Amino acid sequence: MIAFFLTVDWQTLADALALGGIYALMAIGIGLVFGVLRLVNFAYGQLVMAGAFALALGSQWNWPTWLSIVLCFAVVLALSFLLDRFVFRPLRTQSPAVMLVATFAVAFLLQNIAQVWFGSLGKIATSLAPLNQPWAIFGVDIRKISIVAIAVTIVCLALLQLLLTRTSVGLHMRAASQDFETARLLGVKANRVIAFAVLISGALAAVVAVMLTTQNPLVTPDFALQDTIVVLAGVVLGGLNRPIPATLGGFSIGFAIGLLGGALPTNQSQYLPSFIFAAVILVLLVRPDGLFVRRSAAARL
Amino acid sequence: MTRASVLAGPCVVIVATALLGSVVSSATGVYFITALVSVSIVVALYVFIGNSGVVSFGHISFVALGVWTAGVLTVPRSEKAAIMPGLAGFLQRTTVGNVPSLFLAALVGGIAAVVVGLPLMRLSGLAAGIATFAVLEITNNLLRYYDKIGPGLNNFSSVPETTGIWQAGVGALAAIVAAYLYARSRFGRLLRATREDPASAAAAGVSMYRQRLVAFGLSGAIAGFAGGLYVHLLPLNSEDVFLDLTFITLAMLVIGGTTSLWGAVVGALAVSALDSFLAEAENGIKILGGTIDLPSGTRVIAEGALMALVLIFRPGGLTNGREFVLRWRRK
Repeated sequence: MIAFFLTVDWQTLADALALGGIYALMAIGIGLVFGVLRLVNFAYGQLVMAGAFALALGSQWNWPTWLSIVLCFAVVLALSFLLDRFVFRPLRTQSPAVMLVATFAVAFLLQNIAQVWFGSLGKIATSLAPLNQPWAIFGVDIRKISIVAIAVTIVCLALLQLLLTRTSVGLHMRAASQDFETARLLGVKANRVIAFAVLISGALAAVVAVMLTTQNPLVTPDFALQDTIVVLAGVVLGGLNRPIPATLGGFSIGFAIGLLGGALPTNQSQYLPSFIFAAVILVLLVRPDGLFVRRSAAARL
Repeated sequence: MTRASVLAGPCVVIVATALLGSVVSSATGVYFITALVSVSIVVALYVFIGNSGVVSFGHISFVALGVWTAGVLTVPRSEKAAIMPGLAGFLQRTTVGNVPSLFLAALVGGIAAVVVGLPLMRLSGLAAGIATFAVLEITNNLLRYYDKIGPGLNNFSSVPETTGIWQAGVGALAAIVAAYLYARSRFGRLLRATREDPASAAAAGVSMYRQRLVAFGLSGAIAGFAGGLYVHLLPLNSEDVFLDLTFITLAMLVIGGTTSLWGAVVGALAVSALDSFLAEAENGIKILGGTIDLPSGTRVIAEGALMALVLIFRPGGLTNGREFVLRWRRK
């Protein structure tokens, strides 16, 4: 055990914290939409992928970095809006499982559109590459992006907390995720609050796209696919319905993967996904009504 | 008469497909064989998902186990060391024929499904979806890296390619008959009762857990069997029985109509036909004087779009979840 911690260097620790932060943001993005729609958005990773391709195109056209990032946000937000309008809204009355299958289909659709458009070899986004250089802090080299990712995560979490607690639309969102019917009776506009949640979740996907692309500039059609699956697992571990447990779940799974993946030898770390998903199953079983089911709904039967 | 047609309809379609597949050129025939293997996999999905109403993303795990079982056991002994250097001793020494390998694949798939189902069948809805997805990830992760039980990242090359049109057709028929008998049995009816009204079924003394477990085990066995058929068709690797196959087979079931055997068969054949046509179109084909030449990847786009459209506009699928009946009985 001690030997294990000795093999963890500062860079691994910083990377693990950064990955945890990025996964925490993805967890919130998935959790916000689940809160108002009861929908697990399996296509979330493809939103990130679309943003990453926007960044890659920006750097291919030699756009300044800020303009690429603007393009990234524009693409992801537009896609989120379309998803809400043309997929989520017609499916809103279906069961959660049907909606999961539908977003599964959308995920594959988007991934293959990217494959036809950009090819399976992908593109390289170079404009943010300088952030990958190390920074010497107290004599320890740490990649700048790790620090930036941690900082951005904290800022996003703070902004989101303000949004949810200090604005009326945030209040509406929290009310809708508690009890959608009652919230509607009290004058919360369903379409508006859902669209807002989907767009916030899209903005987070764009932030995640910027940071993941910096860490890994090669953008392929399956970019962020495995990340999304892992974050879904983390969100389940934490508890999807409540924002803070979901965030913590996303963070801890990212942190654990970063730490174990960096420190364990390959012949052990290759089985890491098995342990993580076994943990997911275990959590689902120990809380048999699921962290997914609203208690009131479970109690009715 | 009408009841018999529930079984006869799908069987006639399968026989017709097999006959058609045996008269076309061998290059085109492969599309028919693949379609018939898809029918077996989708029928396996139907047995559980259709009757229970619970979505499973994990069934391709059992297909993968069938692939591994039938594949490892039928590679000729002289070739085993070359493609599976890490294989455990008794698997190294054991080789079986085509038919026993299919039965063993079904057995392994069924046992694995029961073992997985024992804890998992307590879950419903979204939790079941995520948990079965986790099963798929674990199975893929283990098969990919644990080379004592298979080729790891390698292809299953030099597995005897015994799945011709004949074996694929008989296999699909066997899967359909098993699914039909199950759906008609006491178990199938009780499970559908829990799907339609869990509270009433529980009040009538039906154990949802036990009924789901029976269906999960049977569908795991059919899935394993289908995996055996599949590996005898072409050299597979762990990526071939993972997310893409999960997606395409679920799409087939949803497009056809989740709640009926007829829907599973129609969905599998219709999507396979579309898939084959688009696959040809990606290589460029001539139709009505014009040439269609689609970029590669078009077919998965078309299938994804079709699946989303069906879910949005016709949630019951092409068959609207009805069985094949010759006479219009109700209304």
